[in-house]
This record gives sequence, structure tokens and C-alpha cells, in this order.
Amino acid sequence: MAKVIDLDDVAVNEAEARSRYRWRIKVCSSTACDASGAGPAYRAVEQRVEEQGLEHDVQVVPTGCMGLCSAGPLVRTEPRGGQPTLFQEVNERVGADIVERHVKGREDLAEHQLDEGLPFFTRQERVVLSNAGRIDPERLEDYVAEGGYRALVSALRMRPRGLIETIEASGLRGRGGAGYPTAKKWGMLHDAVADEKYVVANGDEGDPGAFMDRAVMEDDPHRVLEGVTLAAYATGASKAFLYVRAEYPRAIKRLEQAIRTAKRQRLLGRNILGSDFSLDVEIRTGAGAFVCGEETALLASIEGQRGQPRMRPPYPTERGLYGRPTMINNVETLANLPDIVRRGPEWFRRMGTEVSPGTKVFALAGSLRHTGLIEVPMGLTLGEIIEEIGGGCPDGRAFKAAQTGGPSGGCVPASFRDLPVDFESLRQAGSIMGSGGLIAMDEGVSMPEVARFYMDFSQDESCGKCTPCRVGTLEMHRLLERICAGEGSHRDLELLEQLSRTVRETSLCGLGQSAPNPVASTLEHFRDEYLALLRDEPVGVAHG
Amino acid sequence: MARRQRPNVPVVIDGHEVMAYPDESVLSAADREGIRIPRLCALEGTSVHGGCRLCVVEVAERHKLMPACGTTVVEDMEVRTRSRSLDEHRKLICELLLAEGNHVCAVCVSNGACELQDLAEELGVDHVRPDYQFPRRSVDASHPKYTFDPNRCVLCTRCVRTCAEVEGAHVWDLAGRASGSHLIADLGQEWGEAPSCTWCGKCVAVCPTGALAWKGKAVGEMRHDPSLVAFLSSAREQGEWVDREALR
Repeated sequence: MAKVIDLDDVAVNEAEARSRYRWRIKVCSSTACDASGAGPAYRAVEQRVEEQGLEHDVQVVPTGCMGLCSAGPLVRTEPRGGQPTLFQEVNERVGADIVERHVKGREDLAEHQLDEGLPFFTRQERVVLSNAGRIDPERLEDYVAEGGYRALVSALRMRPRGLIETIEASGLRGRGGAGYPTAKKWGMLHDAVADEKYVVANGDEGDPGAFMDRAVMEDDPHRVLEGVTLAAYATGASKAFLYVRAEYPRAIKRLEQAIRTAKRQRLLGRNILGSDFSLDVEIRTGAGAFVCGEETALLASIEGQRGQPRMRPPYPTERGLYGRPTMINNVETLANLPDIVRRGPEWFRRMGTEVSPGTKVFALAGSLRHTGLIEVPMGLTLGEIIEEIGGGCPDGRAFKAAQTGGPSGGCVPASFRDLPVDFESLRQAGSIMGSGGLIAMDEGVSMPEVARFYMDFSQDESCGKCTPCRVGTLEMHRLLERICAGEGSHRDLELLEQLSRTVRETSLCGLGQSAPNPVASTLEHFRDEYLALLRDEPVGVAHG
Repeated sequence: MARRQRPNVPVVIDGHEVMAYPDESVLSAADREGIRIPRLCALEGTSVHGGCRLCVVEVAERHKLMPACGTTVVEDMEVRTRSRSLDEHRKLICELLLAEGNHVCAVCVSNGACELQDLAEELGVDHVRPDYQFPRRSVDASHPKYTFDPNRCVLCTRCVRTCAEVEGAHVWDLAGRASGSHLIADLGQEWGEAPSCTWCGKCVAVCPTGALAWKGKAVGEMRHDPSLVAFLSSAREQGEWVDREALR
């Protein structure tokens, strides 16, 4: 059997190897930067380094997401012992310039620089994304050098119960949307008795415009694996599934590779780190159905069944995958675990709010000057996120509303700028935290149109099992289409509201129960816009 | 279903003290007490589906409505089967079902003996508020004995469960999703071409509407008998058709 890995040895060797280079050039190779041309830029940098004979002085590192996707492709140069510099919109020519003129010629290249003093960077607090954009996700050594797998080492010295208590003390809540206390779920699986128990990582991120989990899986796959292993150890699971949507081929590739490497180093598989604890991890890919992010549908999908939710109770922790106790945790939740274990629950509690400790990753999109991936402490206000981090709407337009939680969420109007962004506050404002999509909309956006867009999504993604969701969302979409076209009546609006109530209260799963949220929240805050579109007078009002 | 024990779990349904069996559903307990809860997909003798949502009830201390068919009784559970909002939800759900397919009673084999029609009457559906979808669906008359008219299908999956769980053939299943959900025979072929069909007719017996019917029935002539499945599975549970002496 392979020797147990000495993590400190690996970290020391890695630091030594790095110190041999005078420069490190990090090129963002995440999906977003790749789409804007990071590939050719990376090759240009690499080629120039070679041409200039700098291979021994300059290390070129492909990294994950640096965050500010709207300014991509991003490149960061880090001179040994000096100040790093961030460059934006790096094409082949700029890439070559960075090597020749900046690294070699010591020029500033100020016109291509991106100020890391922007609130976009300084207001963030990165835990889950602490390695994203900093390390090469395909190298285990990079993760270990940043303290990776140390949490696993210390956890294996604890009793599983003790690990659950640590997470309980941290107050960590599920990042998939509902904010259920993680330790409570763990406790249930821990107490369940069965011949085999399962942990499932939910990486079936499907909200339009959301890509938090993709970044975590692509940019720091070992963090996800370590999190899964901690969860399995705490709950007594011997098998884990990573459920990743097929639309994330790079995440799947990186996770597969990370599993192989971790197994070779006995960080996964049989007798992890020489202990009695064994865990088998398998990747399952989703086939493109949004509903499979719902936990019972997800389990059906893993089993090879039609991806349809079933009634709860029984909850998966009682009867889940293949009829055995199963716990489903969101990828971001799992990615929080290594740091909580390593740095302690008190450290975690210092971030965020009393009831929602820690940070939250958001995919910031829409009408903003700076868009991309951010991680902020819970409880930051909506205004701080939109105006400071996002830089406000471009071209002097007025901010109108923020959409959170995707098709299950709602729109929070600009008047709520002081609303702290956490689970409870957002719910009270008629929206939800959701998995972390945050779309800013300016004055040019029609709110009924926004509701129509999300309803179109829901009516298409309904699994079709229950009547209110299957037919109700379809009818709601029809009504919204009519209203948006200026052909709706007051009677249509009344029916739309009745359908909202019935679909929300009688649907089988979370998809249907939350599908009316975009309609209900826009009706609550922007009713006038709906009324202005109606073609008739309200019933009972005399024509003047 | 035959029971050895007496019902010993006290629950309160609409103010009535009811004694229920330990693993019994709220729907079944209410039925024995003569408290009528509207339902469509529920079928005694098969597994719980919970899809039609007509049987949703209010349960004290639960913040969500629960389907009576899939909710197991708990001691001292308090259930309300009727309220203004429940009535409204059920009526609208029934309207949604009527709007989704092409339900034209006047030309239907099950006219006068249709559970959807009965529900509409029971729930006071005098007109349908949502837009009729008028889907284009073609009839499958390829089977020598039966017909399948998807225009009348409400996707209750009674036939799917009966065929898979009682007959053991699993001819029927669903394909597609959302408004594209539809019933298929075997791998999506015509019913008459589906080799796993045993011609037993149980699916036809349990269909709540005229979607599955005997060939040769004219308007209003079709009579279904869903209780057949409850009879079969209960008899099977009690070992009615096996030599019990030989089993000993």
C-alpha cells in the first residue's frame, strides 16, 4: 500500500520550488476568462517566457477565477518579495508585453493595470474562494501549500461527534439556498443506523446567471474533496457522490483528476491517511434538468430513475439513496468546512452575522460596472454590494432592483439598499438568498418582463409530476405574456395572483413552491408597472 | 386492507376523534371515518404518487399543506380537510387539469362515469378560468383490445403504478417533462407494438378518465373499476390464491 503522504514535506518542497523563481505570472484560466480569450493570452505569455530564456526565472501558473470577470482575461504578476500587479483585458499582445516590458523591462504598463484597491477586491472576504485565482487547481501540491488537507488530519484525530460539535459551534448553514443548519443535518445522518450511509455533494447549480459552485469545483477541487471527506467522517458515511451538472465539463474533469491524485496519496479511498476511515467517492453527472438540484430528485437521478422529486418525509437522512440514510450538502457548504476545522469555529463566527455566520459567494451580474464572482461576509447591505463592490450601474443609470435566488427568488427594490444580505432579511423582503445569483437591474428594466422571464424558465423546468407546478406555471407564463404584451386585463391579474398562491402552497417540491416568487415579489414592490400594462379599467370603476 | 391489529392511533380530523392504524395515511383514516377528501391520483393497492395535489390538507404545526395520501398519521395529529383556501386551491387545480388536456365530455366514452368530471362537480367548477391549452395529441388505437387517448390523460400514473406493481409488466411510464410530460408504452412505441403488455386490462380498469378504455365502447359506455387493484393486492397480501398448508 502506498505510503501516507507527509503534508508538511509537500508544503516545504513546494515553497522551496516556488522560491527558485523570481517571478510568478498567474493567468486566469477559468471558464469566464477562457471565453474572453485567456487561452491565447496564456500561450503568448508562455511562449515569450521561453523565447526570452526566462524559464528558470519566471513561473507561469494557470489559475482559477480571480473574480472580476467583466475585466477578463486577468493576469497577475507576483515578483519575489515585491508588490503584485493585476492586469486586465489581457490579449496575446498584452500578454507578450507583460513578459517583455513589465517583467523584463520593469515598465508599469499602467494602461493595462487593474487597481486591486478597488472596493470590488477590498470589500471581499474570501474563505471558500481563498485559493481561487491563487493556485493551480490541477496540482495537489498547490492546495497543500495553502494549508490543504490539514483539517482532515486534525479531524481524523477527533471523534465524529466532536467534529459535528465544531461545525455546530461555527453556526454554518447550508449554502444551497434554504440555510438549514449544517450540523443538524449531520447529526441526523450520524444517528441513523444502516449498513451503508451516503453523503452527496450537490453541484447541480442551475439558476440562470449563477456560477458560484462551478468556480469552487473548477478552481479548488481538492477543497471540495476535503469537505466531502470531513462530512463523511463526521456522519459515518462510507460512500460519497459528487453530483455535477454535465454543463460543467471542466469541473468534472478537475474533480476526476483530483480524486485520482487524492487516492494515490491516500487522502481518499481505503484507510485514509493510515486511519480506519475509508471513503469511496464517485462523480455522477446531471443530464440538464434544473429540478435535479432538488434533493429528492437528485437522488432519483443518481439511482438512474426519472429525475422527479418525491414527498418528504421521509427525509433523505432517514431514507435516501437506494433506501439508505443519505445527506445532501451543497458544494459551497462543503467548501467552508476545511477552514472551519483548521481555523476554528470562533474564527468563522467573527465573519457575518449572529444567525448567519461566515461568508457567501455571489455571482454578481447585470447592470453593474464590475461583474463577476464575489465572496462577502453575510450581512453586508444590498447597497454596499451593488454600489461599492459592483460599482453601481454603468452610464449613470439609476439602480432599480436586485434579483436574488434565481427563479426561486424575487426582486428587491432599490429602496431596500440598507437591507443586510442574509437568509432571514432577504426572506422578509420577499426574496430568498438562494444559491447566490445576484442580478442588478437598472431603470430601463420592466419588472413584469423580469417575472415573465423567470416564469418561462420554471414552466420549462417543471418535472411535470404535480399538477400545480406542471400546469400552473404554464398558465402563469401565458398570463404574463399577455400582460407584458399590453393585452392583459384586471381579471388576468387576479387569476395570476390566485395561481401564485395555489402553485406556492400546493406544489410538491421546492421548485413549484418557489416558482411564483418572482411574480409575487414584483407584484408586491412594482404593482404599478403591472397596472400600467393592463388594457381595461378595474372592475367597478366607472369610465370617465 | 386486512389488519390484524385494531386502530390505536388517535388523530383528530375536522374535529372528529378518529382511531387510525399506526402506518396509515390520513386519507385512508378519513375514508374509514366517512370524511371525504377529494383525490385523483391516489389508488389503494399501489404506491403513493402524491402528484395531483387535490388531497392536500392542513396539519396543525406544519407550515406547509400536506397531501393526505402520503402523510402518515402521528398520535394526536390535528388535520383540517376543508377550509376556504383549501377549497379554492382544489377548485383551481381541477380547472388546471381541465385546461391542460382536451376534455370534451360530450364525446367521451367515460361521460357520466369519470372521476375528473365528478371532481369538477364536487368542487364547484362551473367554468375554467385559465386558458385552455388545446394540445395536439394523437390517439393510440394500435392495441387490439384497448385504446389510449392522451387528450384525456391527467398524468395521475395510476396505470403506471398498477402495471409495474400489481401486474409486474411495467408497460407504462412517463417521458418528457413539464407540459411535455406524456405517457409512453415500453420504449415509446405504439401500445399494440409493446411486447411487455399482457393484455390484462388493469390499467384500463384504474384509469380515472376516458384516457384508457375498452375498444368498442361508445360515448358514456365505459365503466372503470379501480377497486379491482385494492382487491387484488389485499388478496395477494393475505395469500388467498396460494396453498397456505404447502407454505408452512
